[in-house]
Amino acid sequence: MAYTEEELKKELETKEYEYGFYTDIESDTFPNGLNEEIVIAISKKKEEPEWMTLWRLESFKIWKEMVEPEWANVKYKKPDFQAISYYSAPNKKPKYDSLDEVDPELLDTFKKLGISLDEQKKLAGVAVDIVMDSVSVATTFKKTLAEKGIIFCSISEAIREHPELVKKYLGSVVPQKDNFYAALNSAVFSDGSFCYIPKGVRCPMELSTYFRINQAGTGQFERTLVIADEGSYVSYLEGCTAPSRDENQLHAAVVELIALDDSEIKYSTVQNWFPGNKEGVGGVFNFVTKRGLCEKNAKISWTQVETGSAVTWKYPSCILKGDNSIGEFYSIAVTNNYQQADTGTKMIHLGKNTRSTIISKGISAGKSQNSYRGLVQVNSRADNARNFSQCDSLLMGNECGAHTFPYIEVRNKSAQIEHEATTSKIGEDQIFYCNQRGINTEKAIALIVNGFSKEVLNKLPMEFAVEAQKLLEISLEGSVG
Amino acid sequence: MLKINNLHARVEDKEILRGINLTVNAGEVHAIMGPNGSGKSTLAAVIAGKEEFEITEGEVYLEGENLDETSPEDRAHKGIFLSFQYPVEIPGVSVTNFMKTAINESRKAKGLDDMPAKDMLKLIREKSEMLEIDRKFLSRSLNEGFSGGEKKRNEIFQMAMLEPKLAILDETDSGLDIDALRIVANGVNKLKSKDNAVIVITHYQRLLEYIVPDFVHVLHNGKIVKSGTKDLALELEEKGYDWLKQETVV
Ligand SMILES: Nc1ncnc2c1ncn2[C@@H]1O[C@H](COP(=O)(O)OP(=O)(O)OP(=O)(O)O)[C@@H](O)[C@H]1O
Ligand SMILES: [Mg+2]
Repeated sequence: MAYTEEELKKELETKEYEYGFYTDIESDTFPNGLNEEIVIAISKKKEEPEWMTLWRLESFKIWKEMVEPEWANVKYKKPDFQAISYYSAPNKKPKYDSLDEVDPELLDTFKKLGISLDEQKKLAGVAVDIVMDSVSVATTFKKTLAEKGIIFCSISEAIREHPELVKKYLGSVVPQKDNFYAALNSAVFSDGSFCYIPKGVRCPMELSTYFRINQAGTGQFERTLVIADEGSYVSYLEGCTAPSRDENQLHAAVVELIALDDSEIKYSTVQNWFPGNKEGVGGVFNFVTKRGLCEKNAKISWTQVETGSAVTWKYPSCILKGDNSIGEFYSIAVTNNYQQADTGTKMIHLGKNTRSTIISKGISAGKSQNSYRGLVQVNSRADNARNFSQCDSLLMGNECGAHTFPYIEVRNKSAQIEHEATTSKIGEDQIFYCNQRGINTEKAIALIVNGFSKEVLNKLPMEFAVEAQKLLEISLEGSVG
Repeated sequence: MLKINNLHARVEDKEILRGINLTVNAGEVHAIMGPNGSGKSTLAAVIAGKEEFEITEGEVYLEGENLDETSPEDRAHKGIFLSFQYPVEIPGVSVTNFMKTAINESRKAKGLDDMPAKDMLKLIREKSEMLEIDRKFLSRSLNEGFSGGEKKRNEIFQMAMLEPKLAILDETDSGLDIDALRIVANGVNKLKSKDNAVIVITHYQRLLEYIVPDFVHVLHNGKIVKSGTKDLALELEEKGYDWLKQETVV
């Protein structure tokens, strides 16, 4: 046989985590375990005002009463929440005016990741707010943004400097009691990003944050809050990679987006947490709650490229509260080896003439399981709501799985809902055709996968799309050849 | 250029090629004809290195080199091009992007850098004009939703872009309308030189009026049962294959 399933599989299996290294930066880490004292200590460490400490304690109380959910189509050993350290921050944390002052080892880490900050700076005006082990250590382009009244800083800083905004919006889209992981995050979140775009302002650059888990056994609890005031626009990029570890690492982030009247938020993610080795050992557990609220005529687009994590559980959602508001979800999820992904979206139509679009591309290889789970809910008041969903799956080999779970709840007769789904396999004939044109099998797979994902890749900002394509290649082909 | 020596090939338990001998010199055009299922496409695929077919006996040489251990992509890098009887669709990959990748992969194999974008554009413009291909066409997904004739014309466009040493055209004429046939044949003729060679697989004499062969071979049951000049094609057109089949039985 030309290119047998067997060979294809082998080739895919030789993929090892490229960014599997560990940065030795002195950290200040809390003892393992979680109780009220730890929650208070985190809050103190971050010099938070009392209202914030109380909010965390309330969240902790809620969390204690909750049980970990079983609903996703994934199997994993549940983390022991008392065996995790809930705070870790790089030790040497002076205020940097320029990148030259940043710990060289940290910069080296970024180099290994292929993130050249200098390049990033030049590139189309990307401001990079780096979150490394929970605390942001460098922020660029702050001045340009400040001139427009845009606030882009760490959430800790926002809590201190802009309490009125944080108080008003934190937990307004993802309440503390929303789900188990959201409650946990609310109690112990270490850091994250905050962004506010004032009325009528178009953010002149892509806002970007790189996340990275670093300390062994440290749970990572990011909290992101993006507020687009009336008539404003912002495009926000989030990218992550993680070093290779033996123990499972828990990542439970919460992202809240608030799009006020006539505003637009584009939120793009490239996620590449350590997926575990090819035997399925190690890897990050990624349980994320991402949700956006659209007021009148507002629009939120979620675009994500998910290549990493051992277990991913993630449903970026839109609450289309205002009339004429628009929600979009574009997703590429790649799973290989023993990875499990259960991802999708929820589009909640509350307002009249609300529209949503869902394009989901799942690529599975190895022994992985890739599930799309989507809910489209149309409320009784949501006249003329429209949804279009398209879920395509691409399979490589015979041992992986692709599953689609579309849930549709319609309580208004005027709703128009369309759902399309396809499943295809990379064929030997396609590979041979490419081979015959001088394209080797590895490159051929990359080409076919990129073609399959194109509709979503096109939604990403240019420089991010290039990175995403690279990631797709890495996660499917490995370093062979 | 190409030398095939007592070639036997099979897939699973089925022997398809049963002792093919064929020599193609630089500058020559060979036509291969033969009834459906006689093994023409299989021969083309085996020359291109499709591993689905197991070679049980015999060898294929390109410019004196045994291709036994050569992968399909390396054969392509060495200058073998196959215009597929049934071109494959690759959704989401534009013709341009596909060609760019193919050309740069070949260059990489030769230790060259990527072709500069400017040169690539010039090449695309030149070749698409030669084959009268609308440039809009080149931004469409490869073969996806292409009509039968468009697929074939696109194969020859790729051939023109890659400028192979040995081109094998597997029923490139089927599906082409009368005008397209002329355009495509003219394109092939323009690419012909004393340094390269063409093997045309066809069922019809018509194509051979445009691309005039130096030799015509008839394949039947996995063997070349008759070889001749272009007059043989005319004879086949008139008489069909039965007389040859009977001859082989005898
Ligand atoms: N993968 C395969 N598995 C089984 N049989 C095959 C396979 N490929 C080819 N064959 C058989 O081998 C024989 C030769 O096929 P081939 O495609 O080479 O014929 P052809 O001469 O090109 O015919 P046509 O003129 O119809 O294109 C046919 O009987 C075909 O069914
Ligand atoms: Mg054929």
